Amino acid sequence: MSFKQANGWTAIIQPSRGWFDVKISDLWSYRDLILLFVRRDFVANYKQTVLGPLWFILQPLFSTLVFTVVFGNIAKIPTDGVPHVLFYMSGIVMWNYFADCLTKTSNTFVNNAAIFGKVYFPRLAVPVSVVLTNLLTFMIQFCLLAFFLVYFSVRGADVRMHPLIGMLPLLLAQMAALGLGVGILVSSLTTRYRDLTFVMGFGVQLWMYATPIVYPLSQIPERWRWVSALNPMTAVVETFRYMLLGTGTFLPAYYAVSVTMTCVLLVIGLCMFSRVEKTFMDTI
Amino acid sequence: MGDVVISVEHLFKEYRLGVLNYGTLRQDLQSWWARMRGEDDPNALVSAHHAAADVMGHILALNDVSFDVRQGEVVGIIGRNGAGKSTLLKILSRVTAPSKGLVKLRGRVGSLLEVGTGFHPELTGRENIYLNGAILGMTRREIAKKFDEIVDFAELGRFIDTPVKRYSSGMYVRLAFAVAAHLEPEILLVDEVLAVGDAQFQKKCLGKMGEVAKGGRTVLFVSHNMGAVKNLCPHAVLIRNGEIACIGRSEECIRQYLNEGRETASSHPRYRSPERKTHPYITTAAITTLRGRDDVFSCEDDIVLDVCFEDFGLKNLAVGLAVKNDEGVYIHHSSDEYTQSLRSKNSRRCTIPAQSLLPGKYFIDLFLMVRNIELYDSVIDTLDVTLGGDSLEAVQLSANMWKGVSSPKLIKWE
Repeated sequence: MSFKQANGWTAIIQPSRGWFDVKISDLWSYRDLILLFVRRDFVANYKQTVLGPLWFILQPLFSTLVFTVVFGNIAKIPTDGVPHVLFYMSGIVMWNYFADCLTKTSNTFVNNAAIFGKVYFPRLAVPVSVVLTNLLTFMIQFCLLAFFLVYFSVRGADVRMHPLIGMLPLLLAQMAALGLGVGILVSSLTTRYRDLTFVMGFGVQLWMYATPIVYPLSQIPERWRWVSALNPMTAVVETFRYMLLGTGTFLPAYYAVSVTMTCVLLVIGLCMFSRVEKTFMDTI
Repeated sequence: MGDVVISVEHLFKEYRLGVLNYGTLRQDLQSWWARMRGEDDPNALVSAHHAAADVMGHILALNDVSFDVRQGEVVGIIGRNGAGKSTLLKILSRVTAPSKGLVKLRGRVGSLLEVGTGFHPELTGRENIYLNGAILGMTRREIAKKFDEIVDFAELGRFIDTPVKRYSSGMYVRLAFAVAAHLEPEILLVDEVLAVGDAQFQKKCLGKMGEVAKGGRTVLFVSHNMGAVKNLCPHAVLIRNGEIACIGRSEECIRQYLNEGRETASSHPRYRSPERKTHPYITTAAITTLRGRDDVFSCEDDIVLDVCFEDFGLKNLAVGLAVKNDEGVYIHHSSDEYTQSLRSKNSRRCTIPAQSLLPGKYFIDLFLMVRNIELYDSVIDTLDVTLGGDSLEAVQLSANMWKGVSSPKLIKWE
C-alpha cells in the first residue's frame, strides 16, 4: 500500500489528536470503493421504478413549470429579461445539485452507522461518493437545460453565453465543496444533536429562498445586496446565470466572498468530521 | 517466527455510562454554562448502581492492554461476555479509537466483524461482490481476479445476476461469506461471525479459517467456541474485565477461562422463592451431589435435588421435575405421584442416578401441582447444573462427540 510510515509500520492507531487529521492519501487508496458507492447509489435509486432515470429530468421540469406559473405569471417577478423557463430552470438545476449534496451528506453518520460499526474505510468516502453521484444527476439535468437553451436561442430569445462558461467546472467544484463542507459539518453535529435532522428539512428550503433562485439579485435593493452576498450560494447562482444566459450580476467581490466562505466551511467541516469519525460509534 | 506485525502498547478504552447519546443542544449549553460559573453540572451522569463504574461514571472496557503478535501467528482472543474482546477488535480494525495507548500495525488489515456488511438488496449478486469486497478493503482488480472463485465457493451459479433481495437467506449468507473468505489481507481480524448459519456452514467456515491460518497470514480470532480456538490457534489471549489475564499457549488460556466460570459459580445451584405467596408454592430447592463435592458435578455421581414447599393444608400436591438441556430440549420428566414412601409432608428429595446424563449443561425445572387440576407454582430456567466428564474442559471439547441427548444405562454390554 502506498501509505508506508516510518519503521515499516503501515498504520498507527492512537487517540484522536489535534484538529486537522484528514488523510487525503488514505481516501485516494480507496478510490475503487468511492466509485462503487457512486454506482450503487445511482443504480439502486431508480431500480424498480417504472420511469427509471427519467425522473432525473421530470423533477426539474415540473419544478420549472410550477415556478414559471407561480412566480413568473402570478407573482410577476421579473427575470432580467430572460425567458422564464430558462431563468427558473438554470436556478433549479444549480440549486438541486447543491441541496442534494447538502441533505444527502448531512446524514452520513446516522445512515451508515451499521457499516461504520463493522468495518473501517475512510469515512469521507461516503460523502465524497454522494457528491460525485449528484454530479451525474447534475450532468443529466444540465443537458435538459442545454436543450431548452438551444430551443429558446433558435426562437430568438436574448440569451448570450459568456466566454466565462469555460470556468463552469470550477464553479461546480466550488459548489460541490460547499455542499460537502456544510453537509459533513451537519452530519458531525447530528451524531450528538439529532435536532439538526429536523432543521435540515426546512432549513434547505429557507436557504433556497434566501438565494436568488426565483428572483434575480437585481431585484434586491442596492443597499441590501451585500447581505445577500453573505450567502455563498448567491454568487454561485448569479455567476452561473451570467455565464450561461449573459444576464445577472457578476461582481468579483461577491464571488471572492463566496469562495472564501466555501473554503472556511469546508475546512471546518473536515475538522469536525475527522474528530467525530473516530469515536462516533461510541455515542451514536 | 517473523517480525512483530501487531504491537499493542498500553491500550485503554474508556466508555462513559448513561444516556450520553441522546444529548440535546439545550443540555449541552446548560452544562457548559454551569461549568463556566464553576457550579456542578446539572446533567452529570448518575451511575451509582453500576458496580464496575467508578464515581465519575466511567468504565474501562480495556485497561492497560499490551501484547505483540508476530507474523504468521494465529491468536485466539477469549474471555467472558463484556470482558473487552470486541472492544479490542474494534480498535484494531479502526472502527473506534482508543482513549489512550497505541497500536502499530504492519500490513493490510482486513476485519470480519460481520458477514455481508454493506450488501445492498437492490443490487445483483455480481454488483454486491464488488461492493462488499471494496468495503472490506479489496481493490477492484483483486476482486475481478477472484470473482469466479467467489461465485464457485458461494455455489450461486446462474443466480449471480439476480438482485440479492430475491435470494434465500442461505444464498445470501453463502455469498457474503464467500466474499469475506477470499479477502487476502496480511492481518485478518475475525469476530464471532462463524456463529451464524447451520452446523455444516460453520464447519465450512472453520475449514476456510484453518486454510487461511496455514497460508502464513496473521489472524486474530475472537470466539466463545473453545473447540475452534484450540484447533485453530496455537496461541491465545484471555481477557478478563478489560485486562489481560493470561497470554500464551491456548491450552493454558482455555483452562483458565473455564476455571473462571467455576469460580463465579462456586456455590452449588439453589433457588429460594423471592416472595411469600398466598397459594401453595415452592420455597427452596437445591442441587448437591452425594459425594459432597459441591463445586464439581460429574456424570459419574448421583445428583441430588432437595425441594421444600408450602402446602397450605392441601393434601394431594405433587412435585414434578423436568430436565432440559442447554438447547431447551426436555430430556426427562418425573413426578412424585404414586410414590409410597415420601420422606416428609413438605419436602422431597429426588436423585438423578449417576451415568444417566451426558456431559453438558442442564436446567432442572420444577413444578408444584395437583395433577390435571391446577399448576400452583413452577421454577423454570433457574436451576442449572453443569456436568463434566472428568473436567469441565472435557465438556467443552467433547460435547460434539456424544450422540443423543441422554445416556441412561439401558443397554447391556458383554
